[in-house]
Amino acid sequence: MKRRTKSTNSALSATLIRRPIQRMFPLFLLPTFVAFCIGFVYPFGKGIYLSFCRFTTTSNARWIGLDNYIKAFKDASFVYAFKYTVLVAIVSLIVINVLAFAVAYALTRGIKGSNSFRTVFFMPNLIGGIVLGYIWSMIFSGILSRYGTSIVLSTTYGYWGLIILMAWQQIGYMMIIYIAGLQSVPGDLIEASKIDGANGWHTLWHITIPTIMPAITICTFLTLTNSFKLFDQNYVLNGGQPFVFMADGTVIRSTEMLALNIYNTFYLNANSRGTGQAKAVLFFVLVAAIALIQFSATRRKEMQQ
Amino acid sequence: MKRDHVRKTILSVLFVVICIIYLMPIFTVLMNSFKTNSAINTETFAFPTEQSFTGADNYVNGINVGEYPFLKSAGYSLLITISSAALILVCTSMAAWYISRVNSIFARIVYYLCVFSMVVPFQMVMFTLAKTANTLHLDSPFTIPVIYLGFGAGLAVFMFAGFVKGIPLEIEEAAAIDGCGPVRTFFLIVFPMLKPVLISVGVLEIMWIWNDYLLPYLVLDRTKYKTIPIHIQYLQGSYGHVDLGAVMALIVISITPIVVFYLTAQKYIIKGVVEGAVKG
Repeated sequence: MKRRTKSTNSALSATLIRRPIQRMFPLFLLPTFVAFCIGFVYPFGKGIYLSFCRFTTTSNARWIGLDNYIKAFKDASFVYAFKYTVLVAIVSLIVINVLAFAVAYALTRGIKGSNSFRTVFFMPNLIGGIVLGYIWSMIFSGILSRYGTSIVLSTTYGYWGLIILMAWQQIGYMMIIYIAGLQSVPGDLIEASKIDGANGWHTLWHITIPTIMPAITICTFLTLTNSFKLFDQNYVLNGGQPFVFMADGTVIRSTEMLALNIYNTFYLNANSRGTGQAKAVLFFVLVAAIALIQFSATRRKEMQQ
Repeated sequence: MKRDHVRKTILSVLFVVICIIYLMPIFTVLMNSFKTNSAINTETFAFPTEQSFTGADNYVNGINVGEYPFLKSAGYSLLITISSAALILVCTSMAAWYISRVNSIFARIVYYLCVFSMVVPFQMVMFTLAKTANTLHLDSPFTIPVIYLGFGAGLAVFMFAGFVKGIPLEIEEAAAIDGCGPVRTFFLIVFPMLKPVLISVGVLEIMWIWNDYLLPYLVLDRTKYKTIPIHIQYLQGSYGHVDLGAVMALIVISITPIVVFYLTAQKYIIKGVVEGAVKG
Protein backbone atom coordinates (compact mmCIF):
# COMPACT_ATOMS: atom_id res chain seq x y z
CA MET A 1 0.00 0.00 0.00
CA LYS A 2 2.65 2.39 1.05
CA ARG A 3 4.77 1.60 -1.95
CA ARG A 4 1.93 2.33 -4.31
CA THR A 5 1.36 5.79 -2.88
CA LYS A 6 5.02 6.46 -3.22
CA SER A 7 5.10 5.46 -6.87
CA THR A 8 1.96 7.41 -7.70
CA ASN A 9 3.53 10.30 -5.89
CA SER A 10 6.65 10.16 -7.99
CA ALA A 11 4.59 9.79 -11.16
CA LEU A 12 2.61 12.79 -10.09
CA SER A 13 5.68 14.86 -9.38
CA ALA A 14 7.13 13.78 -12.73
CA THR A 15 4.18 15.18 -14.66
CA LEU A 16 3.78 18.16 -12.38
CA ILE A 17 7.37 19.15 -11.77
CA ARG A 18 9.97 17.28 -13.76
CA ARG A 19 8.64 17.30 -17.31
CA PRO A 20 7.50 20.94 -17.40
CA ILE A 21 10.90 22.03 -16.13
CA GLN A 22 12.65 19.77 -18.58
CA ARG A 23 10.77 21.43 -21.42
CA MET A 24 12.20 24.77 -20.27
CA PHE A 25 15.77 23.54 -20.74
CA PRO A 26 16.71 26.40 -23.11
CA LEU A 27 15.82 28.94 -20.44
CA PHE A 28 17.01 27.27 -17.28
CA LEU A 29 20.12 25.25 -18.03
CA LEU A 30 21.28 26.28 -21.49
CA PRO A 31 22.72 29.76 -20.69
CA THR A 32 24.84 28.46 -17.82
CA PHE A 33 25.79 25.39 -19.81
CA VAL A 34 26.98 27.38 -22.82
CA ALA A 35 28.93 29.84 -20.66
CA PHE A 36 30.39 26.94 -18.69
CA CYS A 37 31.58 25.33 -21.93
CA ILE A 38 33.16 28.61 -23.09
CA GLY A 39 34.64 29.52 -19.70
CA PHE A 40 35.69 26.11 -18.49
CA VAL A 41 35.07 22.90 -20.44
CA TYR A 42 36.61 23.95 -23.75
CA PRO A 43 39.61 25.83 -22.29
CA PHE A 44 40.28 22.92 -19.97
CA GLY A 45 40.16 20.29 -22.71
CA LYS A 46 42.19 22.43 -25.07
CA GLY A 47 44.68 23.08 -22.27
CA ILE A 48 45.22 19.36 -21.79
CA TYR A 49 45.66 18.90 -25.55
CA LEU A 50 48.07 21.82 -25.87
CA SER A 51 50.27 20.45 -23.10
CA PHE A 52 51.32 17.80 -25.63
CA CYS A 53 51.99 20.35 -28.36
CA ARG A 54 54.54 22.93 -29.40
CA PHE A 55 52.75 26.25 -29.93
CA THR A 56 52.92 30.01 -29.58
CA THR A 57 49.24 30.63 -30.28
CA THR A 58 46.37 28.15 -30.15
CA SER A 59 46.24 27.92 -33.95
CA ASN A 60 49.80 26.78 -34.67
CA ALA A 61 49.89 23.79 -32.31
CA ARG A 62 51.92 20.76 -33.38
CA TRP A 63 51.75 17.45 -31.50
CA ILE A 64 55.06 16.57 -29.84
CA GLY A 65 54.02 14.05 -27.22
CA LEU A 66 55.56 14.18 -23.77
CA ASP A 67 58.39 16.60 -24.59
CA ASN A 68 56.77 19.48 -22.69
CA TYR A 69 56.46 17.38 -19.55
CA ILE A 70 60.06 16.24 -19.77
CA LYS A 71 61.14 19.85 -20.22
CA ALA A 72 59.01 20.93 -17.25
CA PHE A 73 60.62 18.36 -14.97
CA LYS A 74 64.08 19.32 -16.19
CA ASP A 75 63.41 23.01 -15.64
CA ALA A 76 65.41 23.95 -12.55
CA SER A 77 63.26 27.04 -11.92
CA PHE A 78 60.10 24.91 -11.85
CA VAL A 79 61.57 22.42 -9.39
CA TYR A 80 62.81 25.33 -7.30
CA ALA A 81 59.39 27.04 -7.38
CA PHE A 82 57.80 23.79 -6.25
CA LYS A 83 60.13 23.47 -3.27
CA TYR A 84 59.73 27.13 -2.42
CA THR A 85 55.94 26.84 -2.57
CA VAL A 86 56.00 23.83 -0.26
CA LEU A 87 58.18 25.77 2.17
CA VAL A 88 55.81 28.74 2.10
CA ALA A 89 52.78 26.46 2.42
CA ILE A 90 54.06 24.57 5.46
CA VAL A 91 55.26 27.58 7.43
CA SER A 92 52.24 29.72 6.61
CA LEU A 93 49.98 26.81 7.52
CA ILE A 94 51.48 26.59 10.99
CA VAL A 95 51.73 30.34 11.59
CA ILE A 96 48.23 31.16 10.37
CA ASN A 97 46.46 28.29 12.11
CA VAL A 98 48.19 28.66 15.46
CA LEU A 99 47.56 32.42 15.57
CA ALA A 100 44.01 32.15 14.24
CA PHE A 101 43.17 29.51 16.80
CA ALA A 102 44.71 31.54 19.62
CA VAL A 103 42.71 34.62 18.62
CA ALA A 104 39.50 32.62 18.22
CA TYR A 105 40.05 30.97 21.61
CA ALA A 106 40.60 34.31 23.34
CA LEU A 107 37.62 35.90 21.62
CA THR A 108 35.24 33.15 22.77
CA ARG A 109 36.10 33.76 26.47
CA GLY A 110 33.37 36.38 26.67
CA ILE A 111 35.65 39.40 26.85
CA LYS A 112 34.35 42.91 26.18
CA GLY A 113 34.54 44.08 22.58
CA SER A 114 34.89 40.60 21.06
CA ASN A 115 32.71 41.54 18.11
CA SER A 116 34.72 44.64 17.26
CA PHE A 117 37.95 42.67 17.48
CA ARG A 118 36.48 40.08 15.12
CA THR A 119 35.54 42.82 12.67
CA VAL A 120 39.10 44.14 12.68
CA PHE A 121 40.77 40.76 12.20
CA PHE A 122 38.54 39.80 9.31
CA MET A 123 38.90 43.05 7.39
CA PRO A 124 42.22 42.41 5.54
CA ASN A 125 40.61 39.36 3.97
CA LEU A 126 38.48 41.57 1.76
CA ILE A 127 41.36 43.47 0.21
CA GLY A 128 42.48 42.13 -3.14
CA GLY A 129 45.88 40.54 -3.69
CA ILE A 130 47.28 43.31 -5.88
CA VAL A 131 46.43 46.10 -3.46
CA LEU A 132 47.55 43.96 -0.53
CA GLY A 133 50.91 43.45 -2.20
CA TYR A 134 51.44 47.18 -2.68
CA ILE A 135 50.42 48.00 0.89
CA TRP A 136 52.97 45.61 2.28
CA SER A 137 55.72 46.42 -0.19
CA MET A 138 55.39 50.04 0.95
CA ILE A 139 55.63 48.98 4.59
CA PHE A 140 58.58 46.64 4.08
CA SER A 141 60.46 49.23 2.07
CA GLY A 142 59.77 51.74 4.82
CA ILE A 143 61.36 49.42 7.37
CA LEU A 144 64.15 47.92 5.29
CA SER A 145 65.32 51.16 3.69
CA ARG A 146 66.56 52.28 7.12
CA TYR A 147 69.00 49.40 7.00
CA GLY A 148 69.96 50.17 3.43
CA THR A 149 68.28 47.11 1.94
CA SER A 150 65.01 46.15 0.27
CA ILE A 151 62.65 43.24 0.01
CA VAL A 152 63.58 42.65 -3.62
CA LEU A 153 67.25 42.21 -2.71
CA SER A 154 66.96 39.36 -0.27
CA THR A 155 65.36 35.93 -0.52
CA THR A 156 65.06 35.71 3.26
CA TYR A 157 63.22 39.03 3.57
CA GLY A 158 61.07 38.15 0.58
CA TYR A 159 60.13 34.84 2.14
CA TRP A 160 59.23 36.18 5.58
CA GLY A 161 57.59 39.22 4.03
CA LEU A 162 55.25 36.96 2.13
CA ILE A 163 54.52 34.89 5.24
CA ILE A 164 53.65 38.05 7.21
CA LEU A 165 51.45 39.28 4.38
CA MET A 166 49.61 35.95 4.13
CA ALA A 167 49.16 35.75 7.89
CA TRP A 168 47.75 39.27 7.99
CA GLN A 169 45.34 38.40 5.21
CA GLN A 170 44.16 34.99 6.36
CA ILE A 171 44.19 34.94 10.17
CA GLY A 172 40.79 36.66 10.37
CA TYR A 173 39.26 34.19 7.97
CA MET A 174 40.47 31.08 9.76
CA MET A 175 39.56 32.74 13.07
CA ILE A 176 35.89 32.88 11.97
CA ILE A 177 35.88 29.15 11.21
CA TYR A 178 37.57 28.37 14.54
CA ILE A 179 35.10 30.58 16.43
CA ALA A 180 32.19 28.69 14.84
CA GLY A 181 33.84 25.44 15.88
CA LEU A 182 34.54 26.59 19.43
CA GLN A 183 30.99 27.81 19.90
CA SER A 184 29.69 24.35 19.05
CA VAL A 185 31.70 22.69 21.83
CA PRO A 186 29.06 21.66 24.38
CA GLY A 187 29.33 23.73 27.56
CA ASP A 188 28.46 20.84 29.89
CA LEU A 189 31.39 18.87 28.54
CA ILE A 190 33.76 21.64 29.63
CA GLU A 191 31.87 21.99 32.91
CA ALA A 192 32.19 18.26 33.56
CA SER A 193 35.92 18.24 32.91
CA LYS A 194 36.33 21.16 35.30
CA ILE A 195 34.42 19.31 38.01
CA ASP A 196 36.66 16.32 37.40
CA GLY A 197 39.57 18.60 38.25
CA ALA A 198 41.04 19.24 34.81
CA ASN A 199 42.89 22.55 34.50
CA GLY A 200 42.59 24.93 31.53
CA TRP A 201 45.33 23.28 29.48
CA HIS A 202 43.90 19.82 30.04
CA THR A 203 40.44 20.91 28.98
CA LEU A 204 41.84 22.63 25.89
CA TRP A 205 43.99 19.66 24.92
CA HIS A 206 41.66 16.77 25.71
CA ILE A 207 38.20 18.24 25.20
CA THR A 208 38.22 21.36 23.06
CA ILE A 209 40.75 20.44 20.38
CA PRO A 210 39.37 16.94 19.70
CA THR A 211 35.83 18.31 19.35
CA ILE A 212 36.84 21.01 16.87
CA MET A 213 38.89 18.64 14.71
CA PRO A 214 36.56 19.27 11.70
CA ALA A 215 37.33 23.01 11.85
CA ILE A 216 41.04 22.24 12.10
CA THR A 217 40.85 20.00 9.03
CA ILE A 218 39.01 22.66 7.03
CA CYS A 219 41.46 25.41 7.98
CA THR A 220 44.49 23.24 7.33
CA PHE A 221 43.42 22.46 3.80
CA LEU A 222 42.22 25.98 3.12
CA THR A 223 45.56 27.50 4.06
CA LEU A 224 47.32 24.80 2.07
CA THR A 225 45.36 25.43 -1.16
CA ASN A 226 45.58 29.19 -0.64
CA SER A 227 49.36 28.94 -0.54
CA PHE A 228 49.57 26.71 -3.57
CA LYS A 229 47.31 28.95 -5.64
CA LEU A 230 48.89 32.21 -4.45
CA PHE A 231 49.67 34.51 -7.34
CA ASP A 232 48.78 38.22 -7.00
CA GLN A 233 50.61 38.78 -3.73
CA ASN A 234 53.73 36.99 -4.94
CA TYR A 235 53.63 38.85 -8.25
CA VAL A 236 53.36 42.30 -6.67
CA LEU A 237 55.40 41.98 -3.48
CA ASN A 238 58.66 41.08 -5.20
CA GLY A 239 57.83 39.35 -8.47
CA GLY A 240 60.23 36.51 -7.68
CA GLN A 241 63.22 38.81 -7.10
CA PRO A 242 66.11 38.49 -6.40
CA PHE A 243 67.06 36.52 -9.51
CA VAL A 244 69.91 34.04 -9.57
CA PHE A 245 71.63 33.40 -12.89
CA MET A 246 72.87 29.83 -13.28
CA ALA A 247 75.91 28.80 -15.30
CA ASP A 248 73.78 27.04 -17.92
CA GLY A 249 71.77 30.16 -18.64
CA THR A 250 68.65 29.35 -16.65
CA VAL A 251 67.35 32.00 -14.31
CA ILE A 252 66.11 31.02 -10.87
CA ARG A 253 63.73 33.61 -9.52
CA SER A 254 64.41 32.93 -5.90
CA THR A 255 61.08 33.92 -4.38
CA GLU A 256 58.88 32.66 -7.19
CA MET A 257 56.01 30.33 -6.36
CA LEU A 258 54.40 27.78 -8.69
CA ALA A 259 51.56 29.91 -10.04
CA LEU A 260 53.93 32.77 -10.87
CA ASN A 261 56.44 30.35 -12.41
CA ILE A 262 53.74 29.06 -14.75
CA TYR A 263 52.68 32.59 -15.63
CA ASN A 264 56.28 33.59 -16.40
CA THR A 265 56.82 30.47 -18.50
CA PHE A 266 53.84 31.48 -20.62
CA TYR A 267 54.33 35.19 -20.97
CA LEU A 268 58.05 35.96 -20.64
CA ASN A 269 58.93 33.77 -23.59
CA ALA A 270 56.38 32.76 -26.22
CA ASN A 271 58.49 29.75 -27.25
CA SER A 272 58.09 28.04 -23.90
CA ARG A 273 54.29 28.09 -23.89
CA GLY A 274 54.09 24.33 -24.41
CA THR A 275 56.19 23.81 -21.31
CA GLY A 276 54.03 26.36 -19.50
CA GLN A 277 50.89 24.43 -20.33
CA ALA A 278 52.48 21.16 -19.21
CA LYS A 279 53.45 22.82 -15.93
CA ALA A 280 49.88 24.08 -15.60
CA VAL A 281 48.55 20.54 -16.00
CA LEU A 282 50.97 19.27 -13.34
CA PHE A 283 49.92 22.16 -11.12
CA PHE A 284 46.29 21.21 -11.62
CA VAL A 285 46.98 17.59 -10.71
CA LEU A 286 48.74 18.73 -7.54
CA VAL A 287 45.93 21.07 -6.44
CA ALA A 288 43.29 18.46 -7.30
CA ALA A 289 45.19 15.84 -5.31
CA ILE A 290 45.17 18.08 -2.24
CA ALA A 291 41.42 18.60 -2.67
CA LEU A 292 40.90 14.85 -3.01
CA ILE A 293 42.84 14.13 0.17
CA GLN A 294 40.78 16.77 1.95
CA PHE A 295 37.57 15.22 0.67
CA SER A 296 38.46 11.75 1.88
CA ALA A 297 39.74 13.13 5.21
CA THR A 298 36.47 14.91 5.96
CA ARG A 299 34.49 11.92 4.70
CA ARG A 300 36.29 9.58 7.08
CA LYS A 301 35.68 11.94 10.00
CA GLU A 302 31.98 12.09 9.22
CA MET A 303 31.72 8.31 9.07
CA GLN A 304 33.32 7.96 12.46
CA GLN A 305 30.78 10.26 14.04
CA MET B 1 35.18 35.53 40.37
CA LYS B 2 36.99 38.83 40.78
CA ARG B 3 40.22 37.37 39.45
CA ASP B 4 38.38 36.21 36.39
CA HIS B 5 37.06 39.72 35.84
CA VAL B 6 40.52 41.25 36.10
CA ARG B 7 41.88 38.68 33.68
CA LYS B 8 39.17 39.47 31.14
CA THR B 9 39.86 43.19 31.37
CA ILE B 10 43.55 42.63 30.79
CA LEU B 11 42.73 40.46 27.79
CA SER B 12 40.44 43.18 26.42
CA VAL B 13 43.13 45.82 26.72
CA LEU B 14 45.65 43.49 25.12
CA PHE B 15 43.33 42.98 22.17
CA VAL B 16 42.81 46.69 21.73
CA VAL B 17 46.57 47.02 21.34
CA ILE B 18 46.78 44.05 18.97
CA CYS B 19 43.94 45.42 16.85
CA ILE B 20 45.65 48.79 16.56
CA ILE B 21 48.80 47.05 15.39
CA TYR B 22 46.71 44.92 13.05
CA LEU B 23 45.22 47.99 11.42
CA MET B 24 48.60 49.72 11.14
CA PRO B 25 49.12 48.85 7.45
CA ILE B 26 45.81 50.47 6.51
CA PHE B 27 46.51 53.55 8.68
CA THR B 28 49.94 53.87 7.12
CA VAL B 29 48.49 53.88 3.61
CA LEU B 30 45.91 56.46 4.61
CA MET B 31 48.57 58.64 6.24
CA ASN B 32 50.93 58.35 3.30
CA SER B 33 48.23 59.28 0.84
CA PHE B 34 48.52 62.81 2.29
CA LYS B 35 52.32 63.01 2.21
CA THR B 36 54.91 63.99 -0.37
CA ASN B 37 56.76 61.24 -2.24
CA SER B 38 60.06 61.85 -0.49
CA ALA B 39 58.38 61.76 2.91
CA ILE B 40 56.74 58.43 2.06
CA ASN B 41 60.15 57.00 1.21
CA THR B 42 62.14 58.35 4.13
CA GLU B 43 59.58 58.67 6.93
CA THR B 44 57.10 55.93 6.03
CA PHE B 45 55.57 55.63 9.48
CA ALA B 46 55.56 59.28 10.55
CA PHE B 47 52.48 61.46 10.62
CA PRO B 48 52.38 64.15 7.93
CA THR B 49 54.24 67.27 9.07
CA GLU B 50 53.73 70.79 7.83
CA GLN B 51 56.37 70.28 5.13
CA SER B 52 55.27 66.85 4.06
CA PHE B 53 51.50 67.39 4.10
CA THR B 54 50.13 67.67 0.59
CA GLY B 55 46.41 67.98 1.18
CA ALA B 56 44.42 66.31 -1.57
CA ASP B 57 47.20 66.67 -4.16
CA ASN B 58 47.92 62.96 -4.28
CA TYR B 59 44.26 62.22 -4.92
CA VAL B 60 44.11 64.73 -7.75
CA ASN B 61 47.35 63.37 -9.21
CA GLY B 62 46.24 59.78 -8.74
CA ILE B 63 43.08 60.33 -10.68
CA ASN B 64 44.87 62.18 -13.49
CA VAL B 65 48.23 60.38 -13.74
CA GLY B 66 48.93 58.27 -16.82
CA GLU B 67 47.14 58.39 -20.16
CA TYR B 68 44.26 56.27 -18.91
CA PRO B 69 41.78 58.01 -16.58
CA PHE B 70 41.35 56.27 -13.25
CA LEU B 71 37.64 56.99 -13.07
CA LYS B 72 37.17 55.01 -16.26
CA SER B 73 38.89 52.00 -14.67
CA ALA B 74 36.77 52.40 -11.56
CA GLY B 75 33.63 52.57 -13.69
CA TYR B 76 34.56 49.42 -15.58
CA SER B 77 35.36 47.64 -12.32
CA LEU B 78 31.94 48.53 -10.99
CA LEU B 79 30.19 47.57 -14.21
CA ILE B 80 31.97 44.22 -14.52
CA THR B 81 31.46 43.32 -10.86
CA ILE B 82 27.76 44.13 -10.71
CA SER B 83 26.74 42.73 -14.08
CA SER B 84 28.78 39.53 -13.66
CA ALA B 85 27.48 38.90 -10.15
CA ALA B 86 23.88 39.51 -11.26
CA LEU B 87 24.28 37.22 -14.26
CA ILE B 88 25.84 34.49 -12.13
CA LEU B 89 23.09 34.69 -9.51
CA VAL B 90 20.22 34.46 -11.97
CA CYS B 91 21.67 31.89 -14.37
CA THR B 92 23.25 29.50 -11.90
CA SER B 93 20.27 29.47 -9.54
CA MET B 94 18.06 28.51 -12.47
CA ALA B 95 20.56 25.90 -13.58
CA ALA B 96 20.85 24.46 -10.09
CA TRP B 97 17.08 24.22 -9.78
CA TYR B 98 16.85 22.50 -13.16
CA ILE B 99 19.63 20.09 -12.20
CA SER B 100 18.12 19.07 -8.85
CA ARG B 101 14.52 18.82 -10.07
CA VAL B 102 15.05 17.16 -13.44
CA ASN B 103 17.97 15.00 -12.33
CA SER B 104 18.51 13.46 -15.77
CA ILE B 105 21.81 11.90 -16.78
CA PHE B 106 22.77 15.06 -18.66
CA ALA B 107 21.91 17.26 -15.66
CA ARG B 108 24.01 15.05 -13.42
CA ILE B 109 26.96 15.21 -15.79
CA VAL B 110 26.77 19.02 -15.80
CA TYR B 111 26.58 19.02 -12.01
CA TYR B 112 29.64 16.82 -11.58
CA LEU B 113 31.56 18.87 -14.12
CA CYS B 114 30.72 21.94 -12.05
CA VAL B 115 31.99 20.29 -8.87
CA PHE B 116 35.11 19.22 -10.74
CA SER B 117 35.74 22.75 -12.00
CA MET B 118 36.05 23.97 -8.41
CA VAL B 119 39.38 22.22 -7.93
CA VAL B 120 40.90 23.46 -11.19
CA PRO B 121 43.29 26.38 -10.61
CA PHE B 122 43.05 29.34 -12.96
CA GLN B 123 46.57 28.82 -14.34
CA MET B 124 45.38 25.57 -15.91
CA VAL B 125 42.99 27.37 -18.25
CA MET B 126 44.33 30.94 -18.35
CA PHE B 127 45.97 30.81 -21.77
CA THR B 128 43.24 28.91 -23.60
CA LEU B 129 40.49 30.85 -21.83
CA ALA B 130 41.96 34.20 -22.89
CA LYS B 131 42.29 32.98 -26.50
CA THR B 132 38.72 31.64 -26.52
CA ALA B 133 37.41 34.91 -25.14
CA ASN B 134 39.24 36.85 -27.84
CA THR B 135 37.98 34.63 -30.64
CA LEU B 136 34.39 34.98 -29.46
CA HIS B 137 34.76 38.75 -28.83
CA LEU B 138 34.01 38.33 -25.16
CA ASP B 139 36.91 40.67 -24.32
CA SER B 140 35.03 43.83 -23.37
CA PRO B 141 33.54 44.83 -19.99
CA PHE B 142 30.09 44.32 -21.52
CA THR B 143 30.71 40.73 -22.53
CA ILE B 144 33.19 39.53 -19.89
CA PRO B 145 30.28 38.58 -17.55
CA VAL B 146 29.83 35.53 -19.80
CA ILE B 147 33.39 34.46 -18.97
CA TYR B 148 32.83 35.04 -15.28
CA LEU B 149 29.60 33.05 -15.47
CA GLY B 150 31.44 30.20 -17.17
CA PHE B 151 34.47 30.09 -14.91
CA GLY B 152 32.56 30.90 -11.73
CA ALA B 153 29.59 28.61 -12.39
CA GLY B 154 31.04 25.65 -10.49
CA LEU B 155 30.89 26.98 -6.95
CA ALA B 156 27.61 28.86 -7.48
CA VAL B 157 25.79 25.85 -8.95
CA PHE B 158 27.17 23.67 -6.18
CA MET B 159 25.98 26.01 -3.43
CA PHE B 160 22.53 26.56 -4.97
CA ALA B 161 21.98 22.87 -5.68
CA GLY B 162 22.86 22.01 -2.10
CA PHE B 163 20.20 24.41 -0.87
CA VAL B 164 17.51 23.43 -3.40
CA LYS B 165 17.76 19.80 -2.29
CA GLY B 166 16.49 20.90 1.12
CA ILE B 167 13.38 22.67 -0.21
CA PRO B 168 10.32 20.39 0.12
CA LEU B 169 8.83 19.41 -3.22
CA GLU B 170 5.26 19.85 -1.94
CA ILE B 171 5.39 23.62 -2.26
CA GLU B 172 6.24 23.45 -5.93
CA GLU B 173 3.66 20.70 -6.48
CA ALA B 174 0.99 22.86 -4.92
CA ALA B 175 1.99 25.72 -7.18
CA ALA B 176 1.87 23.45 -10.22
CA ILE B 177 -1.59 22.17 -9.28
CA ASP B 178 -2.72 25.76 -8.97
CA GLY B 179 -1.59 26.26 -12.54
CA CYS B 180 1.85 27.81 -12.13
CA GLY B 181 4.23 27.04 -14.98
CA PRO B 182 7.92 26.35 -14.24
CA VAL B 183 8.97 29.93 -14.98
CA ARG B 184 6.50 31.45 -12.56
CA THR B 185 7.09 28.73 -10.00
CA PHE B 186 10.78 29.46 -10.07
CA PHE B 187 10.71 33.23 -9.99
CA LEU B 188 7.74 33.70 -7.66
CA ILE B 189 8.23 30.79 -5.27
CA VAL B 190 11.67 29.18 -5.41
CA PHE B 191 13.81 32.26 -6.06
CA PRO B 192 12.60 34.15 -2.95
CA MET B 193 13.25 31.07 -0.84
CA LEU B 194 16.87 31.04 -2.04
CA LYS B 195 17.56 34.39 -0.37
CA PRO B 196 20.17 33.20 2.17
CA VAL B 197 22.23 31.45 -0.53
CA LEU B 198 21.70 34.30 -2.97
CA ILE B 199 23.31 36.63 -0.43
CA SER B 200 26.18 34.24 0.29
CA VAL B 201 26.92 33.53 -3.38
CA GLY B 202 26.47 37.21 -4.24
CA VAL B 203 28.96 38.35 -1.62
CA LEU B 204 31.43 35.67 -2.66
CA GLU B 205 31.24 36.56 -6.36
CA ILE B 206 31.38 40.31 -5.71
CA MET B 207 34.50 40.00 -3.56
CA TRP B 208 36.13 37.71 -6.11
CA ILE B 209 35.37 39.78 -9.21
CA TRP B 210 36.10 43.19 -7.66
CA ASN B 211 39.54 42.03 -6.53
CA ASP B 212 40.33 39.80 -9.50
CA TYR B 213 43.43 40.73 -11.43
CA LEU B 214 44.69 37.99 -13.71
CA LEU B 215 41.45 37.02 -15.47
CA PRO B 216 40.47 40.53 -16.62
CA TYR B 217 44.14 41.31 -17.32
CA LEU B 218 44.38 38.40 -19.76
CA VAL B 219 40.88 38.55 -21.18
CA LEU B 220 40.15 42.26 -21.61
CA ASP B 221 41.49 44.32 -24.49
CA ARG B 222 43.82 46.29 -22.21
CA THR B 223 44.41 49.20 -24.56
CA LYS B 224 40.73 50.09 -24.24
CA TYR B 225 39.63 48.69 -20.91
CA LYS B 226 41.14 48.47 -17.45
CA THR B 227 39.86 47.61 -14.00
CA ILE B 228 41.11 49.09 -10.72
CA PRO B 229 43.63 46.31 -9.93
CA ILE B 230 44.97 46.45 -13.51
CA HIS B 231 45.16 50.24 -13.32
CA ILE B 232 47.14 50.21 -10.06
CA GLN B 233 49.44 47.51 -11.37
CA TYR B 234 50.07 49.56 -14.52
CA LEU B 235 50.97 52.68 -12.58
CA GLN B 236 53.49 50.78 -10.51
CA GLY B 237 54.85 48.59 -13.24
CA SER B 238 55.14 50.67 -16.37
CA TYR B 239 56.48 54.01 -15.19
CA GLY B 240 60.15 54.44 -14.42
CA HIS B 241 59.41 57.04 -11.79
CA VAL B 242 56.53 55.87 -9.65
CA ASP B 243 54.37 58.53 -8.05
CA LEU B 244 54.05 56.71 -4.72
CA GLY B 245 51.73 59.30 -3.22
CA ALA B 246 49.34 58.90 -6.14
CA VAL B 247 49.39 55.12 -5.80
CA MET B 248 48.66 55.42 -2.07
CA ALA B 249 45.71 57.69 -2.85
CA LEU B 250 44.36 55.22 -5.40
CA ILE B 251 44.71 52.36 -2.92
CA VAL B 252 42.69 54.36 -0.41
CA ILE B 253 40.05 55.06 -3.06
CA SER B 254 39.87 51.42 -4.08
CA ILE B 255 39.56 49.92 -0.59
CA THR B 256 37.12 52.51 0.76
CA PRO B 257 34.05 50.98 -0.96
CA ILE B 258 35.02 47.53 0.33
CA VAL B 259 35.45 48.76 3.89
CA VAL B 260 32.13 50.64 3.80
CA PHE B 261 30.39 47.64 2.24
CA TYR B 262 31.94 45.43 4.92
CA LEU B 263 31.00 47.62 7.87
CA THR B 264 27.39 47.93 6.73
CA ALA B 265 26.76 44.31 5.77
CA GLN B 266 29.32 42.59 7.96
CA LYS B 267 27.13 39.72 9.08
CA TYR B 268 26.27 38.67 5.54
CA ILE B 269 29.77 39.17 4.22
CA ILE B 270 31.45 37.01 6.84
CA LYS B 271 28.81 34.33 6.42
CA GLY B 272 28.99 34.44 2.63
CA VAL B 273 32.75 34.45 2.29
CA VAL B 274 33.24 31.67 4.81
CA GLU B 275 30.40 29.47 3.59
CA GLY B 276 31.77 29.34 0.06
CA ALA B 277 35.15 28.03 1.07
CA VAL B 278 33.91 25.68 3.75
CA LYS B 279 31.55 23.99 1.36
CA GLY B 280 33.94 24.08 -1.56
